[in-house]
Amino acid sequence: MIRFENVGLRYDMGPEILRDLTFTFAPRSFHFLTGPSGAGKTSLLRLLFLSLKPTRGLINLFGKDVATLSKRELSGIRRRIGMVFQDFRLLDHLTTFENVALPLRVQGKAETDYRADVVDLLKWVGLGERMHVLPPVLSGGEKQRASIARAVIGQPELLLADEPTGNVDPVLGRRLLRLFMELNKLGTSVVIATHDINLMDQFDAPRAVLEDGHLRIEE
Amino acid sequence: MSAAEHGTDGDLTAVKGEPELRPSAQIVPQRSVAGSALTLVVAIMSFLACLTLGGVTLIRDAAHTWQGEIGREVTIQIRPIDGVDTEAELNKARDIAMAAPGIAGARIVSTAETERLLEPWLGSGLELSGLPVPRLVIVEVADAGATDFGALRQALTEVAGASLDDHGLWTERLAATAAVLVMIGIGVLVLVLVAMVLSVVFATRGAMAGNRSVVEVLHFVGAEDGFIAGQFQRHFMVLGLKGGLAGGLAAMAVFAIGNLLSRGPLGTGGTTGAEMLFGGFAVGPTGYLGALGVVFVVAVLTAATSRITVQRHLAMLS
Repeated sequence: MIRFENVGLRYDMGPEILRDLTFTFAPRSFHFLTGPSGAGKTSLLRLLFLSLKPTRGLINLFGKDVATLSKRELSGIRRRIGMVFQDFRLLDHLTTFENVALPLRVQGKAETDYRADVVDLLKWVGLGERMHVLPPVLSGGEKQRASIARAVIGQPELLLADEPTGNVDPVLGRRLLRLFMELNKLGTSVVIATHDINLMDQFDAPRAVLEDGHLRIEE
Repeated sequence: MSAAEHGTDGDLTAVKGEPELRPSAQIVPQRSVAGSALTLVVAIMSFLACLTLGGVTLIRDAAHTWQGEIGREVTIQIRPIDGVDTEAELNKARDIAMAAPGIAGARIVSTAETERLLEPWLGSGLELSGLPVPRLVIVEVADAGATDFGALRQALTEVAGASLDDHGLWTERLAATAAVLVMIGIGVLVLVLVAMVLSVVFATRGAMAGNRSVVEVLHFVGAEDGFIAGQFQRHFMVLGLKGGLAGGLAAMAVFAIGNLLSRGPLGTGGTTGAEMLFGGFAVGPTGYLGALGVVFVVAVLTAATSRITVQRHLAMLS
């Protein structure tokens, strides 16, 4: 599913913030990605999401070398990945419903085909009453849930989440973790970047720890 | 995984009887595209393009009418030659003209008429018989297309002192002038459309820059460039259609007012310079159809320009 070989990343002429990353995440796996602030968790997620190119090394995603992808293939791969951004990235002029439905809409699906699924998911993440409002009216936690709903609505093969429980209370945090676990049971590989120890303690999953630019997997 | 299962958070309970969903909003926000200013620019450009096109059709129609009217009458001039019976030559020339195809009739200008024609220069009461005054045969052409003036001229070589004036020089000059004016008009039309395309390019670039986060999110959720370009194109197509229609309708109104005025008291009174030239300011159906064509072209150009601009911009992003 995911294979990194000697991957390094630096921004411009700065120091290398990710060094010699070599690891494999199997299909249907579940990993927590952790490490101190500034260790490069978000950068690694961006590499996995193909929104950054490594300065060296090889990244293989879904059996394809990402360096050789055409634009069309890139769009195809993005449709197989769900990404929960730390800063949510919701479109302010679209309602919660429209934001969550966006991945299906860009695939050219008709609203009548996905309406029920989106409404069900919104209710499940507790946004049933907020589906008609615009993001600027939503609280931080609500935005986060909308962002998660958007990432999972297309039943992605790989889910990447950057601090997905950072803005919600512990109860809701547990509930969202359960959503990720359910998705994982259904076959989605999950990578959750977090430094919430409590969250990690709730689910026995391997931890990928980033420290000093290097990655080590703690089973 | 039901909401009730957890039941600790008010937010998590299912909602009954939620309001109907609004029709999906456009992915590119309406407000973010330079709306009214660009619509106005497109409207003005369309208006100017339609006026230019109307002017071109007006000149072309007028030149066509002129050429038709001039070509409807030709003259044969017979110079008196010593020892030749001019009257006999006049009759011969008339008969030759009458026999030619496409000729409606031929008439010899009588001596009395010739005297009257010369009166302003030579004064009245003159005896012209002693003077070598050329005589004329006026030939009316029924169908200029059917008449072979070259053959007629050749046939008239049998007549002593005859020469045919088919106003060819005038019509050629007129046709050349009209062609130049039409070319200038088309040049102006092209320039106006190019200026419009450029303003759409700038506006699209502006809209792309203003919607960078939207484009980014669309890419993140797996949208292809064609889909994103389509979203912008739809905006600009509507904008182009609105602007084009406004400009086109305004131009048509100007044509209609021009037509009315040329028929009204202003037109029936003294003849103005424009009327003398164009025979009344009346843009024909070609002008109106052309204006509709301009509206269509403007809408298509606007949409295509924005699509190409967006696709280029996206290609650059990658």
